[in-house]
Amino acid sequence: MKTVSKAVIASFAVAMAVPASAETLRWARAGDALTLDPHAQNEGPTHTIRHQMYEPLIIRDTTGAFEAALATEWAPSEADPNVWVFKLREGVKFHDGADFTAEDVVFSFERAKQPNSDMKELIGSITEVRAVDDYTVEIVTDGPNPILPSNLTNLFMMDKGWTEANDTVNVQDFEGGEITFATTNANGTGPYVLQSREPDVKTVMVRNEDYWGRNDFPLEVSEIVYTPIQNAATRVAALLSGELNFLQDMPVQDLDRVESADGLTVKQAPQNRVIFFGMNQGADDIEADNVDGANPLADVRVRKAMSMAINRDAIRQVVMRGQSQPAGMIAPPFVNGWTEAMDAESTTDIEAAKALMEEAGYGDGFSIRLDCPNDRYINDEAICQAAVGMLGQIGITVNLDAKPKAQHFPLITDSKTDFYMLGWGVPTYDSEYIFNFLVHGREDDIGTWNGTGFDNDEIDAKIESLASNTDLEARNADIAAIWRVVQDEQLYIPIHHQVLNWGMAEGVGIEVDPEDQPKVKYFTMK
Amino acid sequence: MLAFVIRRVGQSILVLLIVGLVAFSMFRFVGDPIDNMLGQERTIEDVERLRAQLGLDQPFPVQYFRFLEGAIQGNFGVSYRQGREVSEILLERAPATLELAFVSGVLAIAIGIMLGVFTAIRRNGATAHIIMAASLIGVSLPTFLIGILLIYLFSVELGWLPSFGRGETVSIGDWWTTGFLTESGRKALILPAITLGLYQMTLIMRLVRSEMLEVLRQDYIRFARARGLKERAVNFHHALKNTMVPVVTVIGLQLGAIIAFAIITETVFQWPGVGLLFINAIQFVDIPVMAAYLMLISVMFVGINLLVDILYVFIDPRLRVDRTGGHS
Repeated sequence: MKTVSKAVIASFAVAMAVPASAETLRWARAGDALTLDPHAQNEGPTHTIRHQMYEPLIIRDTTGAFEAALATEWAPSEADPNVWVFKLREGVKFHDGADFTAEDVVFSFERAKQPNSDMKELIGSITEVRAVDDYTVEIVTDGPNPILPSNLTNLFMMDKGWTEANDTVNVQDFEGGEITFATTNANGTGPYVLQSREPDVKTVMVRNEDYWGRNDFPLEVSEIVYTPIQNAATRVAALLSGELNFLQDMPVQDLDRVESADGLTVKQAPQNRVIFFGMNQGADDIEADNVDGANPLADVRVRKAMSMAINRDAIRQVVMRGQSQPAGMIAPPFVNGWTEAMDAESTTDIEAAKALMEEAGYGDGFSIRLDCPNDRYINDEAICQAAVGMLGQIGITVNLDAKPKAQHFPLITDSKTDFYMLGWGVPTYDSEYIFNFLVHGREDDIGTWNGTGFDNDEIDAKIESLASNTDLEARNADIAAIWRVVQDEQLYIPIHHQVLNWGMAEGVGIEVDPEDQPKVKYFTMK
Repeated sequence: MLAFVIRRVGQSILVLLIVGLVAFSMFRFVGDPIDNMLGQERTIEDVERLRAQLGLDQPFPVQYFRFLEGAIQGNFGVSYRQGREVSEILLERAPATLELAFVSGVLAIAIGIMLGVFTAIRRNGATAHIIMAASLIGVSLPTFLIGILLIYLFSVELGWLPSFGRGETVSIGDWWTTGFLTESGRKALILPAITLGLYQMTLIMRLVRSEMLEVLRQDYIRFARARGLKERAVNFHHALKNTMVPVVTVIGLQLGAIIAFAIITETVFQWPGVGLLFINAIQFVDIPVMAAYLMLISVMFVGINLLVDILYVFIDPRLRVDRTGGHS
């Protein structure tokens, strides 16, 4: 009995000692990282956890701008337009003490290009990575690639020696159920070192005192305790009760409650995600409507009228409780190609919309089915419900069909919907990414999310040329020209930009990251 | 007798197969798992490769047969979401659910019987009336709401107990983890155990009360009192003992329900058990986990029913006589 009670006292002391430390970040969000293997899954929460322990060559800071991480300088080679040269940071050590050199970079890129890697699409244009000397790396692409650095901000560097010694050179076969050493262990160069991890329950990381940027960043958090909490009400309760001091995935309806609580604050910023409706304009006739032998959505006047019927301010106030930013184009702000003027192009004008419907020959309206997810975006189903009422004002009877995301998204990729909601984030911060997936005509490996049936050879050629156009001015002009067509054709009906909310205890200092990826090294703690 | 047992076992297996078939045929309506597994950058080629790799391109009967084939060998496949063996994940999650179910079961039985006896003996007292009225809340409020209310009161307002998780756990042996041995583990158990056990507690209480009232009217209780036995001996030794037969049956059946319906409690309290795992699996369309969980729960229920059926034959000889009588 005595030994047991001693154990109890000891564990009690340990349990009490942890929250007593003022610099512990007790952090929760809805989901957990799926794996720690740096290249096995390309997914937001998974990258977020990795970012504390591993580092890419370049990261984005809290404003979304590039910041030097393991590379200090990068530029296209003057000798060869197909080559990017990266100068590496010297004196960096992995958590196990090994030096970080060009050899590790070459190794990490090769690993990320393996068939099991989930990162391979992002670096598909890279044909070779070679070490010039210990701290210089050349990356060769299959043509000039002006935006290559944008694709590297989540591409983490591993230690060749550690990986080989622990038999984890091959990327974990995630779908095959493989567990490798790298799935559950981490050895990066990052500011935090993994201490313990129970998937879906708790991950503990402690500060790396030998971090290269120990004096360049605040690094005031000495320990991170990350506990995913799925239920929104419980998540907020844990923040209110003081069990947490940092919370992502704040439910919109609880913002006021948290804001008004003593010692808690909410910070917000526009998120890298825009919400919009897509319309199938390509088909001669569509099955989701009541018009026989014709497709009302093929008429640009109908599409314009539908956009004009949507009152984005009302959605913002009523559905989103102020937590959105009405959108006029389907690019989040801070993406190259976004302009304030185009983002303000959406207007609400019921009379003009009715006139356009009349002109198009649909003065009496028509009915159509709207497919909508109900568990993917903030208040997604409620937005669709609001749209149903607004479109009803111009005579369009909308039948709403809301389903879980796992059923909704296949409708878009399999062309089984004619009117749908979609949200889009742009990890590369460049319009080319949007065009590739949403504007280019649908083919096997491009235009995969373009459910509009829009297919314009001239535009397609222009989009394809963006990838290798190194003349940035001409490239930006092309981007603007493509956007003009997207806007004039009313390819999509933009609704709004989502707003991110992070809840935190007073004293925790951090700006909201548009990618929803807090990097704890930037946190200050008072 | 043997024929009876074999027949019952045969029926149970048939029930299991049908449950599996129904569950499996429903998975296709949950959505397409591929969509969650590949990011938005995927190509059609990736989708087809993965679909073939997981066998999702096969017709439904083939998928079902493959699942059965694996399940018989104890192999439930690999979780789509976690990329690990399902059997391993279930084993890892089971201790949390079993400990929670155990504690709430004990709470429900102990408090339920105590209150049941009390309200039966003092059936006209004010306290008994208050308890009876309060028990209506336990029966009628949904578990979800009770959990949230408890969190609000004891975690947010009073700050006494944690609102989520299992606290610190201690490993015992290879795969069992327990929260009983640490202060934070025991604290974390209180709210979820009450939430999960409240319904069963009120059920047991009401059952004990009505059975007690019935028994207290019997002649032998009057004789016992007439003989001058102490009130306590009459109530607990003679009366309660005789009310326990139906109560034990119900408790047995409810035990399965506690484990199976821990899903909601586990979601509210982020309790890392199999119920939470199942909810996650539904959202992600993690077919192997859903299938394994449903099969496990149906094995448990069918197993309990089978046991009860067989026990009845032992307890009630009439069933046996009927069977043999039918043949002779």
